[in-house]
Amino acid sequence: MILFTFYALYAHGYALILVQPGKTDNGLIVSPSFPGGDATSLTATPPSTPASTSTPTSDASASVGGQTPTPGSGQYKDGTYKGDSVDAYYGLVQVQAVIQSGQIADVQFLSYPNDRQNSVRISAYATPILTQEAIQAQSANVDIVSGATLTSQAFQQSLASALAQAKN
Amino acid sequence: MPVIIEIADANAKQADFDKIFSHFEYVDGKFNVFKPSSEISLINGGKIPEREYSSDMRKIFSLAEQTKLETNGYFDIVTPNGSYDPSGIVKGWAIYNASKLLDADGFKDYYVYAGGDIQTSGKNKSGGPWKVGIQNPFDQKQVVKTVLLSGEGIATSGSYVRGNHVYNPKEKNKTIKEIVSLTVIGPNVYEADRFATAAFAMESDGIKFIENLKGFEGYMIDEKGIATLTSGFENYVEQH
Repeated sequence: MILFTFYALYAHGYALILVQPGKTDNGLIVSPSFPGGDATSLTATPPSTPASTSTPTSDASASVGGQTPTPGSGQYKDGTYKGDSVDAYYGLVQVQAVIQSGQIADVQFLSYPNDRQNSVRISAYATPILTQEAIQAQSANVDIVSGATLTSQAFQQSLASALAQAKN
Repeated sequence: MPVIIEIADANAKQADFDKIFSHFEYVDGKFNVFKPSSEISLINGGKIPEREYSSDMRKIFSLAEQTKLETNGYFDIVTPNGSYDPSGIVKGWAIYNASKLLDADGFKDYYVYAGGDIQTSGKNKSGGPWKVGIQNPFDQKQVVKTVLLSGEGIATSGSYVRGNHVYNPKEKNKTIKEIVSLTVIGPNVYEADRFATAAFAMESDGIKFIENLKGFEGYMIDEKGIATLTSGFENYVEQH
């Protein structure tokens, strides 16, 4: 089985995509999307060596801030590194990578196209592939149930409408 | 809001339960936005200036502000019409405080449930972890997942088929539609509740937020009945 790993820098996101032959669309993951703006693919740069493990984070080889990590080892020097400011056609994209214990701990946007002046920091760190499943009813042999209780909401709505009528 | 307490200790007396129910009555009297006489309703009606807020009210506002910062604004007690509704944080806080009361009285094996959120401690009466079901958002009589908890807190944030009670503070006119429930397991119910509330407002991205949060696991159900699990969620699931 060969794992192909490539990196694409989107107009507003940094995405790590792991593709396995035969894997369904659920095997593709993208970074959290920004409010406003579609992903525009800029460059897809295949790595020089194929990934040898299935862990998405262990072989990130994007060079940041002029520091080139040891190829294939997945180890980085701890610190915070600013990437190049890249023209994404719709604007500039610049990321900053935070390395802790030799691993990517976070990737932050320093600028992105159409960015509004706010202090919200949006993490661009791509998450590992999350498992999905169709929900299935199970035997209710439990001590207690957690849920967004419909009964209490209905009660509150009913009470609110009664009180609205009761207002002078 | 329904409150259920189970203490798996033969020594528990009615007075022990009454103490916890009284605590919830106190919280309800102060924070229920549907009670016209509550402190929060009076604040929303402009009847109480900020300098006269009670100390628990100040505490909740302060915790809400902290949570807002930690979730990049996705948790916000200010509603679209400008009034305050702290229920997304009060519930977990109240249950957590109730559990502290039980701890102080020496109880080790119990759960405290209020409005769909639960704080567990120790073992159930069969001597194992507490078995907590996750409700089917499409059929409240069904359970779609069973998790085993012993000390963790669990909270579920959701929207309803007939209407939404959780909105996205970032886009105040937009109602949440892509996902219908998000359950969070955390070190205690206060933490689980505030992050479940914020993560739900992030819609499909909410589960990624929980994935990136150390010490928390999540189970998100979308409008099509497809669930997404954080990578450590299976550790809590009852295996057969």
